[in-house]
Amino acid sequence: MMASSAPMPDHPLTTQDGVPLKTKLARAERMNKLKSLALVLPLALFLLLTFVVPIGSLLLRSVDNPEVVASLPSTVKAIGAWDGKSLPPEPVYRAVAADLIKARDDQTLGDLGKRLNMEVAGYRSLLGKTARALPFDPAPASYKDALVKLDERWGDPAYWQAIRRNGSAHTPFYLLAAVDHRVDDLGDITATTPDQAIYLDVFARTFWMSAVVTVISLLLAYPLAYLLVSLPTRKSNLLMIMVLLPFWTSVLVRVAAWIVLLQSGGLINSALMALGITDHPLQLVFNRVGVYIAMVHILLPFMILPIYSVMKGISPTYLRAAVSLGSHPFGAFWKVYFPQTVAGVGAGCLLVFILSIGYYITPALLGSPNDQMVSYFVAFYTNTTINWGMATALGGLLLAATMVLYMVYSKLVGAGRLRLG
Amino acid sequence: MGAVMSESTSEVLVRFRNVQKSYDGENLIVKDLNLDIRKGEFLTLLGPSGSGKTTSLMMLAGFETPTSGVIELAGRSLNNVPPHKRNIGMVFQNYALFPHMTVAENLAFPLSVRGMAKTDIQDRVKRVLSMVQLDKFAGRYPGQMSGGQQQRVALARALVFEPQLVLMDEPLGALDKQLREHMQMEIKHLHQRLGVTVVYVTHDQGEALTMSDRVAVFHQGEIQQIDAPSVLYENPRNTFVANFIGENNRLSGRLVSRDGEHCVVQLDRGEQVRALAVNVGEPGSPVSLSVRPERISLNGHSEHCDNRFSGRVQEFIYLGDHVRVRMEVCGKPDFYVKQPIAELDHQLSVGDVVPLGWQVDHVRALDPLEHAE
Ligand SMILES: Nc1ncnc2c1ncn2[C@@H]1O[C@H](COP(=O)(O)OP(=O)(O)O)[C@@H](O)[C@H]1O
Ligand SMILES: [Mg+2]
Repeated sequence: MMASSAPMPDHPLTTQDGVPLKTKLARAERMNKLKSLALVLPLALFLLLTFVVPIGSLLLRSVDNPEVVASLPSTVKAIGAWDGKSLPPEPVYRAVAADLIKARDDQTLGDLGKRLNMEVAGYRSLLGKTARALPFDPAPASYKDALVKLDERWGDPAYWQAIRRNGSAHTPFYLLAAVDHRVDDLGDITATTPDQAIYLDVFARTFWMSAVVTVISLLLAYPLAYLLVSLPTRKSNLLMIMVLLPFWTSVLVRVAAWIVLLQSGGLINSALMALGITDHPLQLVFNRVGVYIAMVHILLPFMILPIYSVMKGISPTYLRAAVSLGSHPFGAFWKVYFPQTVAGVGAGCLLVFILSIGYYITPALLGSPNDQMVSYFVAFYTNTTINWGMATALGGLLLAATMVLYMVYSKLVGAGRLRLG
Repeated sequence: MGAVMSESTSEVLVRFRNVQKSYDGENLIVKDLNLDIRKGEFLTLLGPSGSGKTTSLMMLAGFETPTSGVIELAGRSLNNVPPHKRNIGMVFQNYALFPHMTVAENLAFPLSVRGMAKTDIQDRVKRVLSMVQLDKFAGRYPGQMSGGQQQRVALARALVFEPQLVLMDEPLGALDKQLREHMQMEIKHLHQRLGVTVVYVTHDQGEALTMSDRVAVFHQGEIQQIDAPSVLYENPRNTFVANFIGENNRLSGRLVSRDGEHCVVQLDRGEQVRALAVNVGEPGSPVSLSVRPERISLNGHSEHCDNRFSGRVQEFIYLGDHVRVRMEVCGKPDFYVKQPIAELDHQLSVGDVVPLGWQVDHVRALDPLEHAE
């Protein structure tokens, strides 16, 4: 079966039937690869349809800008020739009059008005008023004069710049707005005025609150996970069930339970007062404290489980070895045991942090208006004002932050060492 | 046995005094352990799994506390000394090398916790690495090394801070046979070179005999016998030791009479055997006789033996340097005779009935075997 002579250095190795060994090997491996691909194909399709496509199209919405292009097509075309400084030339005025008549008939005026109102306040009323007056009868010699006469705002370049800025089907408007920036009349990116800037603060608050929740969870979870691995199996199983118990009740129920427990006349305040620790009820709910308590409670298992699973793989002999080498037990724990759990700690922190920055229900129910996180505004824009652009821009930024975090983490700890369970 | 003089004069390093240990308050895992470990000796605790060897070792290391009794190190009671202050080196079965540290960092660990200067640490680490012939591996992580190499690092780590006592709990258990035998010699030579006291735990009697100055045979939480390997092999004090160490043909019978150090035992089928009375009771009490396979003479060689019988050859087992012959002797079908190749009679074949015998001094009358085996 074996080749009778050693392979010549300048001849590639061949199999018995003369095919080069490499080709044959590649062929065999290709078959294997195809087979394994076929096995994951259903899952890949499922993920594509339920995850990649929806998220992708959602993200596209954050730069989607269809209203102006669709409703004012000839205006957009005509305004290209404008220098942007003085007032636009006559053809632009004529085009806008024609477009508005058509928009009114097609009933797209509402969307257009809403969109342009985001750029310049009062635009909606201007459009409504103008559309009602159209068409002019008889046709005026100068649409420019007629429109400015109808409403002097048509003589203000700012209103025209709003149209010109949105002359494309895509816009950075929502993404910029989500980080408190905008494109000004001259086309430069500037910060929004302080009284309108809220999102950077909201993002900062979201990250800060998530960081606090992560740190508290870590401080609570680490000793508990260590206890879980050191206890005898029977006891540790019981404890494990208690750790997992929160998973089996709805988040809403738990939040409601916290309200009952934490409110001024609630169990905890009554107990504190009965014990004489405080003489007036502490404000534990509808503020930051309540949000932290409930979020830590809900997210704790996500911290415990990865740490526990890493700790379970660490033999207690390491600690004994370190102690036998002369290290104080505390030093041994810190220098020998803890470094081996870093992968679990990292995974737990990443998990809890990422889940935290997307939290909505808990802050909404247990927090004050000043404790709302980014998701609250996403929900606000989707449910209340139906502003998909803003909602998806905020959501997209959150997603980007998560990705960046993951990359930083894998740089620091190494993605290969990430142990999620 | 010529070492009796030095035995009594050499200094005792570790002393177990009436040490007992129970985990559950019902069973004594270690029953009244009294043991002196001499300075510089290689002492092995040998015994079947579950006989309490690790527990004894862990009490010495400080990871278990004796339920009662005292352990002394160099004349000082260890009972209230925490393990990290005992200055005892330890090698664990699975090495317990810290996976997140390089070899050099592992070796530096015991030195840096002792507050040694950086340059001294480097020197010491270098020296100990060359001692175990791993100079080139200082920057490797344990996971990147073979089992034998990791074993050497573990050894070096237990020695690097120059403890006066090193404990090893089945350190070679995870290695394959060839490497194990190699490491046995390496550990033995290190011990001879450094003069450190070693307490070694194993369940492998071959390992114990090869490496040790003395072996303590453990069974059910008690030391059955503690002696030099040759004494243990040639003069087992009871049936457990005779069976546990080396090969052994066992014949059971009853004591007929006893005069001085000899006695007469009647086998179950009626034959009488003259034997050394090592561990026997009153006449009439049951006795277990123990004969080593290499002490049995066949054919003509058996003419001068005190005890002569005949046996039927059942099977030859060829082992290269010698042949084991399975015979039926005195109704016992698995009676082994060990014949060096040079002495083997090539006429002999399966089914032959041949005379055989052994000397009085080579058959030992011991306590009857308990059924629990
Ligand atoms: N931590 C422990 N808790 C309870 N029982 C134990 C513990 N450690 C060992 N034992 C019991 O003590 C006996 C002796 O164990 P050990 O000293 O490890 O024996 P050996 O090392 O000789 O195999 C065994 O029966 C074992 O089940
Ligand atoms: Mg053991």
